Amino acid sequence: MAKARVKVPGKAKAGEVILIKTLIRHKMESGNRKDKKTGQKIPRHIIDKFTAKYNGEVFFSSDWEGGVSANPYCSFNCKVDKSGAFEFIWHDEKGEEFKAEAKIEVS
Amino acid sequence: MSDKVKIEVIDRRHFLIMTGAGVTAATMLAGLAGTAEAKADLAAEYMSKVLAGAKPAEGKVKLTMPEIAENGATVPTKVSVDSPMTDKDYCQEVHIISTKNPVAHICTFHFTPKSGKAEASIRVRMATTQDVIALARMSDGKWYMTKTTVKVTIGGCGG
Repeated sequence: MAKARVKVPGKAKAGEVILIKTLIRHKMESGNRKDKKTGQKIPRHIIDKFTAKYNGEVFFSSDWEGGVSANPYCSFNCKVDKSGAFEFIWHDEKGEEFKAEAKIEVS
Repeated sequence: MSDKVKIEVIDRRHFLIMTGAGVTAATMLAGLAGTAEAKADLAAEYMSKVLAGAKPAEGKVKLTMPEIAENGATVPTKVSVDSPMTDKDYCQEVHIISTKNPVAHICTFHFTPKSGKAEASIRVRMATTQDVIALARMSDGKWYMTKTTVKVTIGGCGG
């Protein structure tokens, strides 16, 4: 269900602060919505933690609640000093994890 | 504040329906005001838990949201904190808090000096017209806060 997309520049200069954009397909069911047919509340099911790593080190993370929109978009920055890889992890409160990767060349 | 002003803020369609039944409208507004107060308490509760006795100062944090959000289901939100983001002096975290959503805490961003900038964007749900608060904690333990008002045409938290 969940499908992640990330936008990371392919090249950068050492010391540059780059902008990273991420998007994942997830309904982010807040637990406040009611099923129109049965009148029962639809159980909460959200991504509660997002983590971004650069060469294995966490440089940005975010805790999410039901107040984050469906198909969460999140953008943030990273100061890059050497070529390497980014790893992005979305943790679903049911224990599932979704991952995306990107490479960058730093000169 | 007159009731009329409040109704117009809610929705044009509701305004028309409500004026047709003045008494009902007044009762509904009273009910709305009651829940709004309770939700503001939720925000205060969350803030006192996070702050643990600290007092936030004004400034340094900037929260950018549209003045009028047509669709409360997805409201673009950007936060940026004035910080040098060095190993010794950086912004550690920013909490985004709603004053009228069913859940006060919307999200928290955790920054490191490697983040380069204490800046992040996200899209959030807004149940109704309300104030949104951003609370930032610096590496020296100091807190800063800011507040912005968003008018919501159609709420985005479901019924």
